[in-house]
Amino acid sequence: MADKKEEGRNKNSSANSATVKKVWQYLKHYRLYLILSIALATVVVVFQLYIPILIGDAVDCILGPNEVRFEGEGGLFSIMKTMIVVIGVAAVCQWIMNICNNKITYNTIRDVRTQAFEKIEILPLKYIDGHSYGEIVSRVIADVDQFADGLLMGFTQFFTGVMTIACTLLFMLSVNVTITLVVVVVTPVSLLVAGFIAKKTYTMFHLQSETRGEQTALIDEMVGNQKVVQAFGHEDEALFKFDEINARLADCSLKAIFYSSITNPATRFVNNLVYTGVGFVGALYAVAGGISVGQLTCFLSYANQYTKPFNEISGVVTELQNALACAARIFELIEEEPQTPEKEAAVVFEEPDGRVKLSDVNFSYVPDKLLITDFNLKVEKGQRVAIVGPTGCGKTTLINLLMRFYDVNSGTIEMGAANEKLKLANGNIMRVSEGAMTDIRNMTRESLRTSYGMVLQETWLREGTIRDNIVMGKPDATDEEVLNAAKASHAHSFIKRLPKGYDTIINEEGGSLSQGQKQLLCITRVMLSLPPMLILDEATSSIDTRTEHYIQRAFAKMMNGRTSFIVAHRLSTIQEADVILVMKDGNVIEQGNHESLLKENGFYAELYNSQFAG
Amino acid sequence: MWKLLRYLKDYKKETALAPLFKMLEASFELLVPLVMAAIIDVGIAKGDSPYIIKMCLVMIALGIIGLVCSITAQFFSAKAAVGFSTKLRRALFAHIESLSFSEMDKLGTSTLITRMTSDINQAQSGVNLVLRLFLRSPFIVIGAMVMAFTVDVKAAMIFVVTIPLLCIVVFGVMFISIPLYKKVQAGLDKVLGITRENLTGVRVIRAFAKEDEELEYFKENNEELTRLQMFVGRISSLMNPITYVIINAATVALIYQGALRVNVGDLTQGEVVALVNYMSQILVELVKLANLIITVTKAIACGNRIQTVFDMKPSFVREDFAKLVENGGHDGKSSKDKFDKLIKAADSSPYILEFDNVGLTYKDSKEEALTDINIKVKSGETIGVIGGTGSGKSSLVHMIPRFYDATRGEVRFHGVNVKELPLEELRNHIGIVMQKAVLFKGSIAENLRWGKQDATEEEMWEALKVSQAEEFVKTKEGQLEFEIAQGGKNLSGGQRQRMTIARAVVKKPEILIMDDSASALDYATDLKLRQAVAGMKQKITTFIVSQRASSIKDADRIVVLDDGLICGYGTHDELLDNCEIYKEIYDSQFKKKEVREVR
Repeated sequence: MADKKEEGRNKNSSANSATVKKVWQYLKHYRLYLILSIALATVVVVFQLYIPILIGDAVDCILGPNEVRFEGEGGLFSIMKTMIVVIGVAAVCQWIMNICNNKITYNTIRDVRTQAFEKIEILPLKYIDGHSYGEIVSRVIADVDQFADGLLMGFTQFFTGVMTIACTLLFMLSVNVTITLVVVVVTPVSLLVAGFIAKKTYTMFHLQSETRGEQTALIDEMVGNQKVVQAFGHEDEALFKFDEINARLADCSLKAIFYSSITNPATRFVNNLVYTGVGFVGALYAVAGGISVGQLTCFLSYANQYTKPFNEISGVVTELQNALACAARIFELIEEEPQTPEKEAAVVFEEPDGRVKLSDVNFSYVPDKLLITDFNLKVEKGQRVAIVGPTGCGKTTLINLLMRFYDVNSGTIEMGAANEKLKLANGNIMRVSEGAMTDIRNMTRESLRTSYGMVLQETWLREGTIRDNIVMGKPDATDEEVLNAAKASHAHSFIKRLPKGYDTIINEEGGSLSQGQKQLLCITRVMLSLPPMLILDEATSSIDTRTEHYIQRAFAKMMNGRTSFIVAHRLSTIQEADVILVMKDGNVIEQGNHESLLKENGFYAELYNSQFAG
Repeated sequence: MWKLLRYLKDYKKETALAPLFKMLEASFELLVPLVMAAIIDVGIAKGDSPYIIKMCLVMIALGIIGLVCSITAQFFSAKAAVGFSTKLRRALFAHIESLSFSEMDKLGTSTLITRMTSDINQAQSGVNLVLRLFLRSPFIVIGAMVMAFTVDVKAAMIFVVTIPLLCIVVFGVMFISIPLYKKVQAGLDKVLGITRENLTGVRVIRAFAKEDEELEYFKENNEELTRLQMFVGRISSLMNPITYVIINAATVALIYQGALRVNVGDLTQGEVVALVNYMSQILVELVKLANLIITVTKAIACGNRIQTVFDMKPSFVREDFAKLVENGGHDGKSSKDKFDKLIKAADSSPYILEFDNVGLTYKDSKEEALTDINIKVKSGETIGVIGGTGSGKSSLVHMIPRFYDATRGEVRFHGVNVKELPLEELRNHIGIVMQKAVLFKGSIAENLRWGKQDATEEEMWEALKVSQAEEFVKTKEGQLEFEIAQGGKNLSGGQRQRMTIARAVVKKPEILIMDDSASALDYATDLKLRQAVAGMKQKITTFIVSQRASSIKDADRIVVLDDGLICGYGTHDELLDNCEIYKEIYDSQFKKKEVREVR
């Protein structure tokens, strides 16, 4: 058991040192500031601790009536002069040190965030789909803050804390050894007391957070489903249950808060004991002539200060560990494998003619669970491909592959070009034979993706004006072009009724726009850039009939003459499609046109009969 | 926030005693430097060791009394703060439970949950800290000055100058930086927003190949955030050095002044030491006070947010529940009597339900969601409601159990305006199955008892049979005792829907409303369900809201809604002939050719 713990600790510390090394990669840009900061911290600590000695010396000059020594070496005036200089230097040093620390902290935060964001832009979708947005966001935002604050502040505090303890000890020893021993022996008692209380309160806090969790769950359930609660007149029972948990919470909260709030008075009491102890021993020494009153004063103020860094350091250690854990999480993101980099001689695919060919495609999201097996499909210019299947059958998988959001495991996806000369990313020109097709992995992602216009079911709008959202695919579009696109997609009529028309600002969730209106905006976006090929999800479940009608018309207009892949829900779309892909459990199980599939009397026929034939 | 303090009123004693004991502790703390001065002036100067021992014992005694006072204070303040939050939490929960749908729509549930949890916790720690520190810190600052005056008036003048100076610096830096910190927070929110956007919209961004521009945009905002942080950092990094200079300069002045006074014999060496000690006590407390103010500002903001929920008055009150919240109990009999009396008095009506020229305008909306609704329903009829999304189907049926009240016209139950009937009794007569199938943590039986508290097993099985849930419940381990996870996560969508239907059916309601509640059921189950409901022993009036024409086409009458207006009302065959919209919906779902064959 003990061995295991030890082993774990070793593992931890080696992981930690790896993290620290990575942190250093960021910090080293600011190493001058770092060195300066450490040097200044040393000066500040030494000078701040020197002040009590000076005060002690000054007190020794003030013995009694007509016994005050103002002038001369070691006189009051010279001491005061020294004090003013020391105070001034310490303050200035502290200020510069603070500024240095700010610079290091905030610049590091900025650097780390930018790196993390850069990584997000090139992460494979596999990673993004596999992690909740909240989790990634909290790494980029909260973890980075915690890491920089905790690590740098923690480090400075730790450093100054250790410095203070060491210097205080030295200064004290230089004055009187016995009294120093009193301080050194009694002070740890306050740490013990604090630790003892913390241990005792831990169970209380644990119980409190458990009860809180229980209560939150109840609130979540009852308030979250208030409509049902009210419909069944369940408010009374809900309140009874709430009262019961609330009473328990009150009980354990009181204990947790009370016991933990004993910590401060208790440590203060111990500090008082230290103070008294120093006063007692010091006074006896002074009576015996061992030290002067000034030196005693100096000791008293050291005794007051001595415990503080101990308390701080114990807090800092947990904070440092926490910061390292945060740092590790960020680095995990930053070091995540990016998508396969583009080939240097990748094709800038500018003129697709609309042919798409999938040969022997195998694909899986998880290594051992093959989803799409040996899939073949040939789409000619201007054909419509309908993808049908029950909800959750993985219709997006195909879109993921066509857009190269995911790479196929084996097999190829190729597209045909209208031109025999293909431009390469390195500036060269490649000639291909007529009708030849290009593997999408040999194209630049940008050119591949901009070949398609994509309207997904989940509408995505960004914070900004309506116009900003529309011109996304064509930033240099003129007002007239925007207007025409909006008219073509039937979005114009609602946009012009918005308070500021095309300049109305909408937020990420689309604010006051209805689902249908958001969808129309997304269609307008594609309408404006009008790429040669389309990927459409016509799911219209949350849209009223009238808007749906508009959307259908807009879709029809766009599809005219363009190769389109449609996740189809409407019978008419399916029937008119040139190729119907029937998907189930992530895999394409049938393929053909309406008539041939019905004749096959397989899954499609079943689906068709249950859904459409009533 | 201040209104919330009424929840402290049962803890008057604690609220008063906590700061009092805190002050006692502080007073003893203030005595320590004087004792030390006495040790120096009397004990050391005269070499009186017994005196030194005595004085040290006095100091220890002071420490012990201080400890006892302080612990007592902590206890009272913890008790008051916890009591406050407990009462507040209960009141808020009860208040939220009594809010009607319109208010809930406006506030949103996630907000309410935050108010109930983290906001109240913040308010609690605010109260706790205020009770503990708000008197103590100023008391020590002022106390130190007063003590200085008792030692020496001239030297004390230095305190009079120093304290306001320190206050200006500490609070000045605080007040300047707080609004700036808000700006930093806004900047951080922006950076967070961009990050989120890039994750949620990753497909669109990549489809438009916008990665580079997004990165630029992010860098710009990140840079701006860094700039803001540096700026605030520069200001707040001034605080420590400046306060340090002020305190120590004051100490130098004290020593000088002290030296002059000692020289002429007005002051002793020990008293100078005491003055220096007082000076150092001040700074610590001022910094504590500044932190306290930050916590309190936060707590007040939370308190205000909580108060806005209390300010939201429910549009109608459930009398029984109000009584329960006040007194802890009700018999439910009075409202039943009232209900029966009202229904009896209006016995004449041949209809179980009437919509008479009803209009509904949602709060904060200009246009009516429903206009000129006139429907009369006889007991035992089945009414289908169909129409596009946003046409007002749900709004229509939600007015029956008064989830929303008609803003024009009247909805009558047995001839009585529903607004006059006691809410809880009215809802007892109506079973509703909502669009979203919500189940609660607990056994199947417990969930069914939501419908009828004293339902027997037999009644439950009967309801499950009607809702076509019997079969799957029988396969579950423990059957009726099968534990449903929170939100019903361990059941499939279709199973959840059937459970919610059973929950409404077990009530044996007079009116059963199914609001698009069979969407996850396949066609055959949907049909069986409707047949089972129709075949129930008790005569039930049923409202079926659906987007599926097949679900409602056999209803006695069908209401076709379009944009809040009734555009068709009649049987399936009548509507096919005279309602264009109904025909359109029907045709889009039933392939024309086959429809002809069926007919």
